[in-house]
Amino acid sequence: MDATRRTLLKGIGSTGVLAAAIAAGVLRPTRVYAAEYNKVAFEAKDLAGGLKGIGAASPVDSKDIVLTAPEIAENGAVVSVTVASKIPGTSSIAVFVEKNPMPLSAHFQFLNGALPEARVNVKMGQTSLIKAVAIANGKAYVTQKEVKVTMGGCGG
Amino acid sequence: MRRLSAHPDENDKGKNMADPMKIRATVSGDVCEIKVLMSHPMETGQRKESDGKLVPAHFIQTFNIAVNGKTVIDGGCGPSVSRNPVFAFKVKGPKAGDKVTVSWVDNLGEKRTDEATVA
Repeated sequence: MDATRRTLLKGIGSTGVLAAAIAAGVLRPTRVYAAEYNKVAFEAKDLAGGLKGIGAASPVDSKDIVLTAPEIAENGAVVSVTVASKIPGTSSIAVFVEKNPMPLSAHFQFLNGALPEARVNVKMGQTSLIKAVAIANGKAYVTQKEVKVTMGGCGG
Repeated sequence: MRRLSAHPDENDKGKNMADPMKIRATVSGDVCEIKVLMSHPMETGQRKESDGKLVPAHFIQTFNIAVNGKTVIDGGCGPSVSRNPVFAFKVKGPKAGDKVTVSWVDNLGEKRTDEATVA
């Protein structure tokens, strides 16, 4: 216990050692504030911009992402979407509605034991592909499903 | 007629953000399912009132779920997340009695934090 403390105190004298300690996860900075809002990705007006904004510019098709959404949504205001990734090392999942004015709906980061699975309700303005993107070890993967909307949920 | 039910009417709007979130965290095996319902209008900024005026955008932008103070989910939302957002996640490890804290911040800087105990 004391020895660790000594090492730590000595380490603080040298930035290099401290940085190494942080990198090694010994001194993980405590998260106090929620992650910053990814304005660029969420405000992108097309799918390509949204994908780029979350660092998933050219995702590879994957069968290891399970996307559950209804075939037909009578009410576009509430469409329940569940995404689960079986890709090892999945750190985040994003849900896009391709034909919405701003396609990126939600993006979730999984930390400290969270499994790469999420359910969210989204609005759909019209019939569209829903794309679920998983990011694992810096690589992006995607799967998609068309949801037919009989009544839109975005306009007036 | 259905179209009306898709959008909140005047009486239904605005009052709800003061409502506490509904958080349910239940353990089965070594996995804890966390379900959250947030009360928020989630206005897209594209919807028009009957008089043709745009309703300004008002939506949750970020949220955070922590178990015993440790973040498990960092989430970002666009305006296309449904009104009164519902989320469900699974986390390995939490035990009955652990504390789940959920916070959100919206595009107007409004915030809310609520807590629940894992059952």
